Formats: sequence, C-alpha cells, structure tokens
Amino acid sequence: MTFPSDLKYTKDHEWLRVEGTTGYIGITDYAQGELGDVIYLDLKDGVTVNAHESLGTIEAVKTVSDLYSPVSGKVLEAHTPLNDSPETVNRDPYGEGWLVKLELTNPSEAETLLSVEEYKKLIGQ
Amino acid sequence: MKRTPFYQKHVDLGGKMVEFAGFEMPVQYPKGIIAEHKAVREGVGGVFDVSHMGEFDVAGPNALKFLQTITTNDVSALVPGGAQYSSLPNEQGTLLDDLIVYMLEPDHYMVVVNGATADKDWAWFSKQASKFNVKLRNDSDAFALLAVQGKGVKDILQTLTSTNLDEIEYYHFTRGRLADTDMIIARTGYTGEPGYELFFSSAPEISSKVWDKLFEAGKAKGLEPIGLGARDTLRLEMGYCLYGNDITEETNPLEAGLGWITKLNKSIECLAFPALREIKEKGLSRKLVGITTDEKGAIMRHGHKIVDENGYTIGEVTSGNLSPMLNKSIALGYVPTALSKDGSEVLVEVRPGKRVKAVVHKPPFVRPEVK
Repeated sequence: MTFPSDLKYTKDHEWLRVEGTTGYIGITDYAQGELGDVIYLDLKDGVTVNAHESLGTIEAVKTVSDLYSPVSGKVLEAHTPLNDSPETVNRDPYGEGWLVKLELTNPSEAETLLSVEEYKKLIGQ
Repeated sequence: MKRTPFYQKHVDLGGKMVEFAGFEMPVQYPKGIIAEHKAVREGVGGVFDVSHMGEFDVAGPNALKFLQTITTNDVSALVPGGAQYSSLPNEQGTLLDDLIVYMLEPDHYMVVVNGATADKDWAWFSKQASKFNVKLRNDSDAFALLAVQGKGVKDILQTLTSTNLDEIEYYHFTRGRLADTDMIIARTGYTGEPGYELFFSSAPEISSKVWDKLFEAGKAKGLEPIGLGARDTLRLEMGYCLYGNDITEETNPLEAGLGWITKLNKSIECLAFPALREIKEKGLSRKLVGITTDEKGAIMRHGHKIVDENGYTIGEVTSGNLSPMLNKSIALGYVPTALSKDGSEVLVEVRPGKRVKAVVHKPPFVRPEVK
C-alpha cells in the first residue's frame, strides 16, 4: 500500500490534495483495498457541503459506502468518466481514481486533517 | 471464533479474513471478487475452502426412514454413491436449512449442512433421532472440505488421482485416493460450473498436504483460491438459494421454488408435509423469483424493498449484487404470485427514494455447463 506524503488524510480514509483554492478528493489505497472491486459511483455535482457531509456513495461488490467531504466547499466536478471504468478507483486511487474536485471554502481547514504519518498510524501501517 | 485447517494458507495468500458462520474465512484474495469470479466462470477454475460446513453421519437400519421423515426430498431414490439436494423443514413447513444427502452404503448416509446452521441442525437431528433407531455422529470438525470448481479442474485433479474422474456423474461421488489422501470425491458444487467437492481429514498435516498438492498441480495452469465473495456472486448467477437470505425459518420450500425437492408423494411421510399440503391447497401468496435490472449503477441488494408504482411494499430482495458476467445487477426476491411470471415488471428501491425498474427473470441468469 502506498500513501503519498503530499496529501492530507481523514479517519474515514479519504485523501485531499490542495492546489491553491481547489481540492481533489479520493479514497486511500487502504480504503480501496477494504472495499474491494468498485463497481459504481454516485457522486453529487454542484452541491455545497460542509466538512464531514456526504459527497455521494461508492458502490463495491461487497458493500455501499458513503464518501464524506474532508473539508467545506463547492463541488466543481464529480469525476464522471469513472462510471465507465470504476475499477480505476482500485487501480489508481490517488491519480486517475480521484472522485471529486472541490472549490475550497476555507483552504486552511486542510491543516486540521491527518498527515500521512498520522494516517499510517491510524491504520496500523 | 473457529478456524478451518486452511486458515494459515488464506492469510499467507493475502486473504481478507472475515467472520462467517462462526469461522474466520477469506471473503476475497488480493485479485478481488470479480477476478476470482471470472477465474471460475471463464478460466481454469478455483479452490474454495468450505470446511465450515457441517457433516453428519447417519447410520442404522432406520437411517432411511429417519431421513425420509426429516428431509423433503425422496431419499429412497438414492443409491450408494448418489447425492441428493434436499431441505430440512420444521413441522410448520418452514425451513431450518438446505442440505445434501450422500448415500454411503445401505443404511448409511452423510448429510452436509450449512456452517451457520450446523449447531441448530445438529440439535434438530438429535431431537428427531430419539424417535428412531439410528446412530448419529457429528463429523463437522473431523472433515476438511474443499470445493474445486471450473472447466479446467477435472484435468488438474486427474493428475493427482488414479480414480477415473470421468466416471463420476453429476451429483454422484466415489471414495478414492487423491493427493495421496483418502477422500470422498463428489461431483457437487455451488457455482454452476463443473467441479468437485473433496471431503478428507481435517488433521493439519493431511489437509495442508492436499491444499499444497492441489496448487502445485494447478497454479501454473491458472487455478486460483476463491473467497466467500465470489462464492456468493457465482451461486447468485445460477439462482441457487442461500440459507439465511433466500430461505429461512420464515419461508417454505414451495414458495422458494424448491417444489422439485419436496416430494409430497414419497412413500414415507416427511414431518412437514401436512403443513405443506395445507399451504399448497391454499395457494402460494408469494414466490421467490430472479430479478434483473438494466439501470446502470442500481445494485439490488439483500433487504431492498420491492414496491408497486404507488410506493407500496409488495416484496423484498433476499440476495442481490452485480453479475460479473452480465455486468448488471441481478437478484433473488419474493414477489406476489401474480407478479412471479417471467417478464413481470417490478420496482426495486435501491436507495431511499431511488426506485429502479426491474424485470422478473427465471434463473439461471447465465448458462454455464454444470453437468
């Protein structure tokens, strides 16, 4: 399992990549492994959410799981091409498998999230 | 929690271990459920550890009479070396389990039951046996059980035994030596693919040897270990019932589509037949059917409501998932008898407020060549 050091993480196993006032959100390598084969994404586009609010659901063969927003913001793009290749979330969770692009309400919120070391500790890595 | 003799093999292979039927079992290995499913359906095949299942030995002059009384199928139709799918009802006609009866020799049978129900079944067998002169023995811990399923498994297993596997017909078995181990080699399974179920000693050195020899013979050819996740999607594509989901103590075999293993005319009466005849005469109010939907992203699952156009609940999905072969959702569920015909349209609530159109489809959903 890999965990890039330039990302922020949550205890719900999402990651956040901040680029200025834009954030990309996905699920971690650990999360995709736990979920198993991802088969469908039902992501909300255009909505404004607070931190910890749902951005939609991730459906795997085994189960359905909520995706929670690590931070507050407005959804600029739900990564819809994934609906033709949902397995990308398993194959490349930090790259092409990103799920939601967010306009951050308050970029400093990212500082409250877990560092890679803290996240690895959380999952016992 | 209990462990099967193959626990360490699963862990070493990277199996994701979960609790199932009181055992720590692999739900999947690193390749994932869809890849495992396809390895069995399209590839050479796979090996499933199903040692959690229960085996009861039933012997004595009244063994046939006893089994006729407690199971729904006609045990007198069996000959030594034959196996029979059947069900275990209570006096009310609802189901305690489904099972397979193997006739070892005259007056001697092995009954294989589900792991999750093995203790309950054993108590029921013991209670009912008190009225008969039969000897019961619970061999569940003594047996390791591997299901080896797929189009290529016969050739792999044949390299490990001098028993001619071609001579074992579907739902028959033989005792033989395979992987230098005495075992029961049965042509049974839960996938719809040709395959075998191997019953042998759970002693660590023996079970470990069989596992290793299986993979020594099969790995290079593409034989894969398969977890519970793919076991479930494979059986679902065939429309096979899963006890605890599709059949329970709240369902009877007639509405579950198990009339074909409920031989109401057999010579020795089953204890549930008075109740089942009454149910049959009244007419079935609901039936278990297969359901498919073409709507993308709508995965029907256990517990989803089946509703009419006004949102009124008329039934329930009892098993559902993605069919890896069809790449759409398939399910089993109970619907009112009037809607049980092939092609009937129903609505399934896959999320609160999200209803999708689905169609009744007589299983199997895929047509492999099981026999």
